[in-house]
Amino acid sequence: MKAINDVAVAGIGQTEFSKNSGRSELQLAAECVKSALQDAGLTPADVDGLVTYTIDNNEEVDLARTMGMKDINYFSRMPFGGAGAVGTIAQACTAIRAGMAEVVVVWRAMNERSEYRFGQLDATSGMTVGGGGTSDMSWAFDMGAFTPMAWQALNAMVYMERFGVTNADFGRLIVQQRKYAASNPNAYFYQRPVTLEDHQASRWIIEPVLRKFDCCQESDGGVAVVLTSLERARDLKQPPVKVVASHGGGNGSQIATNHYAADLSIASESLVTARNLYAMADLTPADIQVAEIYDAYSCSVFYGLEAFGFCDLGEASDFVRDGHLAIDGKLPTNTHGGLIGEAYIHGLNSFTEGVRQVRKTAVNQVANVENAIVTSGWSAAILSKV
Amino acid sequence: MNNELPLRPAPIRKRDNLFFWDGAKLEELRIQKCNCCGKLQHPPGPMCPQCLETDMGYQVCVGRGRVYSWIIPRYPELPMFSSDLVVALIELEEGVRILSNICDVAHEDIRQGMEVELFFAATQDDGKVPQFRPATQ
Repeated sequence: MKAINDVAVAGIGQTEFSKNSGRSELQLAAECVKSALQDAGLTPADVDGLVTYTIDNNEEVDLARTMGMKDINYFSRMPFGGAGAVGTIAQACTAIRAGMAEVVVVWRAMNERSEYRFGQLDATSGMTVGGGGTSDMSWAFDMGAFTPMAWQALNAMVYMERFGVTNADFGRLIVQQRKYAASNPNAYFYQRPVTLEDHQASRWIIEPVLRKFDCCQESDGGVAVVLTSLERARDLKQPPVKVVASHGGGNGSQIATNHYAADLSIASESLVTARNLYAMADLTPADIQVAEIYDAYSCSVFYGLEAFGFCDLGEASDFVRDGHLAIDGKLPTNTHGGLIGEAYIHGLNSFTEGVRQVRKTAVNQVANVENAIVTSGWSAAILSKV
Repeated sequence: MNNELPLRPAPIRKRDNLFFWDGAKLEELRIQKCNCCGKLQHPPGPMCPQCLETDMGYQVCVGRGRVYSWIIPRYPELPMFSSDLVVALIELEEGVRILSNICDVAHEDIRQGMEVELFFAATQDDGKVPQFRPATQ
């Protein structure tokens, strides 16, 4: 077997993002995978690896059957829900390097607005919708913390206390992300920017941490990515985007739900990922020109900017205030508007934005992109120009 | 006698936390303690992560702690809970952290590090849950 060193993104695809897709989640999955395969110039018969992550209602076998795929040699499903979104890329890279699969498809497709209200309290069961894929949350439910917003805010409050950060500091990030979304036709908030005053007038979801505008959307839609060896990708339709990826953590904790870690003012799991990732890529934060950082909530981006080394601990609010996340800033971030401004396809739509930035096809294109980083909780990837 | 039944949902009982909720009914906050090496842990589990033994007991909390984090859930509304519900992480004097609620205090008076004391609140199905309020001494 020939050794494979480099893996590349060969195709990306998506459906429209909406609040009511009007079709099944399986159809959304099939449509976005079809679009990603067409982008790459491949067919379902070429696919021999399928990777997704927990909290997916679509079974791998149903997708393979729906699209008439042939022999699939590699299946895997990452834990942690959205925090595993980019972990799928690490799984795909590993499978391709090991020769277990040649063409791997990663997808996420959901009707988490029209069919169910993802992350909200189901009053009939007293449980959280879409709660599978998280560690035991019964201790939180017993005390009235039912939503991911409440779980995350318990951590963020410690961060805010330690560094003197206020909700208005989070608001400045939202203004920037909604500005990006306003010029992105795929974004739900296309042409709908907000001011800091609008942000501060939106209602509290979890006081005094998160307002409505601090939270990601609930969206219907699908996103897919096709990966293969860099060598094969060179012969396909699109210019290849080289990828290194990592997922870390492993200390039994889980982002957004770990209320027992020693210090909740830092994202201890992401620090492990960051260290591994930069070592694997032989790069440093200074080599990155654009970042897509998981933004289930505004506060998540603050943790991400610090954990991945773009500013010092406790300095994210100054980094945002100084305009470094803008298109002409030091680190343009969440350039599609993020999960808050574009849509919440569980983090995978931030990965495809990273790919577009390296391909130079993004609507809010950053100049001179050599390397882009995409993070989702404690998994992350660096995408590089070939 | 107060005939009004509590609205608050009963605790979620699982095989590995029964001792905790049985204790709460008796107004004891039981912190899991490994009978072999003495390690305290919360939330409890079926095995001690320090010595890997499964002979697990508990120690009753003296009932004092400090506030580590707190939030006020505003939306979605939780009709089964008090309208001024505060969800908090409390560092118990014994050195473990527990998710609970802070009661009997104005929201603006809550501070990180504030000393709190334990009491219990009734739930549906004759359950009780540990709660905290500002320490009186």
